[in-house]
Amino acid sequence: MTAVTTKSRGPFLTWLKTGSGILTAMMAVIVIALIPAIIQGGLKLFLQRVFDSLNNGAVYAVTAIALVIIFKATTLINFAGANIAMFGAYVCWWLNTSYGFPIWIAVFVAMGTMAVLGSLIERTLIRPFDVNDHLPVVLITFGIAAILEAFAGGFWGLEFHKFPSPFPSDPKDRFTIAGAFLRYETIGTLIVMGLMIFGIYLLLNKTKVGLAFRAVSSNVESARLVGVRTGRTLQFGWALASALGVLGACLVAKQTNLEPAFMAKLVIFAFAAATLGGLDSIGGSVIGAFIVAVVQSMLTGYGQEIPGLGWLKSNFALVLAFVLILVVLLFKPAGLYGTRRIERV
Amino acid sequence: MSELMLKMAGVNARYGAIQVLRDVNLEVAKGEVVVVLGANGAGKTTTLRAICSMVATTGSIQIAGTEVVGKDTADIVRMQVAHVPQGRGTFPELSVTDNLMVGAYTRKDKEVQSDIDRWMDAFPRLRERRTQAAGSLSGGEQQMLAVARAMMCRPQLLLLDEPSLGLAPLIIEDLFRRFGEINRETGTTMLVVEQNANLALEIANRGYVLEAGEVVLQGSADDLRTNEAVREAYLGA
Repeated sequence: MTAVTTKSRGPFLTWLKTGSGILTAMMAVIVIALIPAIIQGGLKLFLQRVFDSLNNGAVYAVTAIALVIIFKATTLINFAGANIAMFGAYVCWWLNTSYGFPIWIAVFVAMGTMAVLGSLIERTLIRPFDVNDHLPVVLITFGIAAILEAFAGGFWGLEFHKFPSPFPSDPKDRFTIAGAFLRYETIGTLIVMGLMIFGIYLLLNKTKVGLAFRAVSSNVESARLVGVRTGRTLQFGWALASALGVLGACLVAKQTNLEPAFMAKLVIFAFAAATLGGLDSIGGSVIGAFIVAVVQSMLTGYGQEIPGLGWLKSNFALVLAFVLILVVLLFKPAGLYGTRRIERV
Repeated sequence: MSELMLKMAGVNARYGAIQVLRDVNLEVAKGEVVVVLGANGAGKTTTLRAICSMVATTGSIQIAGTEVVGKDTADIVRMQVAHVPQGRGTFPELSVTDNLMVGAYTRKDKEVQSDIDRWMDAFPRLRERRTQAAGSLSGGEQQMLAVARAMMCRPQLLLLDEPSLGLAPLIIEDLFRRFGEINRETGTTMLVVEQNANLALEIANRGYVLEAGEVVLQGSADDLRTNEAVREAYLGA
């Protein structure tokens, strides 16, 4: 009898341990946890919090993909990424407000500028070091982050600046669904994210430089032996990741406002998203991004009503992000859809 | 001897403080199959890595008359040198087709697709599994993929590092028969590092024996097969 039970439970338990199984289980837990909240606060409020989270989800996804691209190529976490993105957002704002560049032109120029800076950083500060010796390179990325933050503060001041919205952002620019507001900004951010993912897919799967990038990510030594110039390929990865980071920063800056540390605060959530989805999985990190955003929105929305936890308020989300990173690293280090062992970080 | 494809003269190679090759002199004529024999740690793999500039090297290495010591690996590959490293060196996350595409990375002509078809004809198992990730193939299939990928760059010089490692005897025999065919049909020059001396000497014209990083013996395949020391050390007779 016992043996039969074990047998019939086998496939289900095996599935439950796969990425999709864990994902389904997580969704189930979240949904069940939310039922009392929905009953108490009403469907409208719940829907509003879901809509609010979509914007963050898209921004986390874009930022997480920038992290994933560097990690895939080098198995390194690029701690400079957030501030490269921050600096790019300042460049965008500066071109727009001081020189009258249309916002989207300013975004693209800023992306290009930071792509060039990213590739220069790779060439001058990263490439001289042995890729297998992670500590010096990680320290260098920390250093670059600090330098960029100091320069941004020096050039543009430490105060908050209002960032122009890249989308129609009048209070009336919104759809109303079951009483909840879905803003055009949110839809625009989602569309940009979708286009970006499609663009990355084409770039990595349909171009020669994409093939080289995937080859280097898969097996550096063999990539060299088929004639791929690995240094230039990593440089391409840095340029791409820097540009994407800037795009993410420009999408979120309207809500957070500009200040030198605004992306450093946000990148924790992107890091949690990428860790959850799998640090070498672009698709996984997008899924992770939306889970983190939904849970964050629900916890900050409903969390204050949980007895004894009200004092955490908005810091709740930050704590949650760290707890999530810790739990994933402890129990499923490769993340939901990742393949690479995390020890190599 | 006819025109030389590879000429190594006074080659030393080291990994940090450890010197692995000492004054190695080795020649491979165009169209020849040459085997390098030796025990573990004798420097066989390092010999191949030195040719591709994957290890710190001094001395002279000429490929088809061009000096390559100090050149970048990517530039040496562009001289149509293909290297199948030990343990196959496939790209595990990439599909079989993408592995072959990467093999043709340095080519700019329009015949890459027809070459993919050609090597899938030669190794039908690769066609069956063309959309699968290379990491999901069996050891024998991965070795076929590694060889097909190497041939995708239309090499004039093919370096094979212990192709028999970890494979079943029947598969190894088939593989070496293929090497012989490839050499006859395409005229590709081959330098093969191999522990399985019997099979290697069957398809080889000549051979070298390395010991502790030095060439201690060289000769025709027939001479090596009958050499008392070689028979004792590598042929199990």
